[in-house]
Amino acid sequence: MKQTAIKVQEAYKVFNKNHRLQWRRRSKNDQDSATVAVDRVSFQVKQGEIFGVLGPNGSGKSTLVRVIATLLLPDSGKVSVFGHDVVRESIRVQRLINRVSVEASFFKKLSPIENLSYAAHLYGLNNRKARVRAQELLERLGLEDASIGKPVEEMSRGMQQKVAIARALLTRPAILLLDEPTTGLDPHSKREVQTLVREVREQDGTTILLTTHDMMEADKLCDRIAIMDLGKVVAMDTPARLKELVQTTNGHEPTLEDVFLELTGKKLVKQNGNGKEES
Amino acid sequence: MVSTALHEMRASYAFVERNIYLVKRYWTWEMVWMVYSITNSLSVSYIGMGMEQVGGGDVDGRFLVLYLVIGTLVWRYLATIFYWITDIIGLERWEGTIEYTLMAPIRRITHMTGQTMFAVVYSFLFTSVILLVTVELFQIDLDQANIFGATVVLLSGSFSFVGVGIVGSILPLLFPERGSQMTHVIIATLLLISGVYYPINVLPDLLQKAAVLSPATYVLQGVRSAMLDGAPLGSLWPDIWPALLIGAIAIPIGLQIFGIAERYAKRTGKLSRNG
Repeated sequence: MKQTAIKVQEAYKVFNKNHRLQWRRRSKNDQDSATVAVDRVSFQVKQGEIFGVLGPNGSGKSTLVRVIATLLLPDSGKVSVFGHDVVRESIRVQRLINRVSVEASFFKKLSPIENLSYAAHLYGLNNRKARVRAQELLERLGLEDASIGKPVEEMSRGMQQKVAIARALLTRPAILLLDEPTTGLDPHSKREVQTLVREVREQDGTTILLTTHDMMEADKLCDRIAIMDLGKVVAMDTPARLKELVQTTNGHEPTLEDVFLELTGKKLVKQNGNGKEES
Repeated sequence: MVSTALHEMRASYAFVERNIYLVKRYWTWEMVWMVYSITNSLSVSYIGMGMEQVGGGDVDGRFLVLYLVIGTLVWRYLATIFYWITDIIGLERWEGTIEYTLMAPIRRITHMTGQTMFAVVYSFLFTSVILLVTVELFQIDLDQANIFGATVVLLSGSFSFVGVGIVGSILPLLFPERGSQMTHVIIATLLLISGVYYPINVLPDLLQKAAVLSPATYVLQGVRSAMLDGAPLGSLWPDIWPALLIGAIAIPIGLQIFGIAERYAKRTGKLSRNG
């Protein structure tokens, strides 16, 4: 029986726009200016699973990933990684995870190899072995030898993202958090990354939590998908079962996009027989 | 336990290596900063010579020059350490790497240790270059100076400034937009009260009392004794132990405050906002 890699129980995260020091209970004014980013979300991800989180901008996907990555403290609820609480055992959790964010997060004047060397040392890896692995990963991701010694700022967005993925894989994490990893990549590079994600799961048994806007990518890669809207999970299942939630229309098999629009676009306004609006 | 220690050592080295790479890549900026620092030191030091003309023949211009040279060099050394420590967060915000670094499985003291090791060596080398230029330009005779003793005093002051720097580094953590600039307030205050360019007893009473709390006060006294009077190491102890004591207090307090600030930043989402 596979272990539970990620367990999220009633996770709740709110941001107070006033950014006051929260030494006291919030007043009504503070509550009015608050944004609930993650609203009592619960799910579990099994070891070795590729779990997708789909949602429109502002749905809470990145906030959720940051909570799991120990970068944000949840206001309530419990999040654990292989049984370790992300708040109370943050260093144990950090040893098990790595994250690729949507924005390339590098020392821009340094080369990919220098950035990866920094990462290797941060995670306590042997320098020589890390360099060999770094070169292998960069080659696998299609980066030429000539480019890996140049500053990252001279690389395209797509190449920077590949370096970010190589950096995350360098540490052989038990859990990989991919926050829109293929955004900005050309179709060929996107396919390379998707293939690598599958290989990483198959060869290393890595558990992957992936947030994406790309429905086809989610359909292709994910074992299960959670659809988020306004901080809540509105549906969660395998891609096939999610598609069953939407009826076939005009012989057209429903896609995840149909499911997504059906569930998150539910506030579309219709007119009844009297010409009055109803939701 | 051994593997944990090895991991932490490698992680500390990560910051040393990274900073070396950054200094190499930003070398033009380093050159500019060196020229600025040298001209700044010379500008202040020439006041000593100017005082002979302005103040009349009773003023010993050469002594004043040496007094001011020591002030500028010691201050340059300590301030450089301070800024490298506050850059623990400032640099990460600038580069957009703050989330990546703070997600790494390392203790914050490991992070600080790596940055400190680099800061002390860098500041020492940087200040040495300014010293060589200044000695050459003013033809300063260091034969009577106790350079070893001065170095010991400087190193004792390094730890206290690391502690002050750790406290200062919470400002870029809490205030993404202007936190790095806010750290100038701390260094400006210490500059005022520590006797960098003038004896402390010319200050108002309140500021003289505040000077007791500044580690730079003791470092400057000790280095001046060693360099101007050739004071032996044993006689420098009254200036060494307060600097060490302030460091022994400031570093753990700084780490505690930084931990609180980090948790606050993680609770309010301030990590993801880059400067």
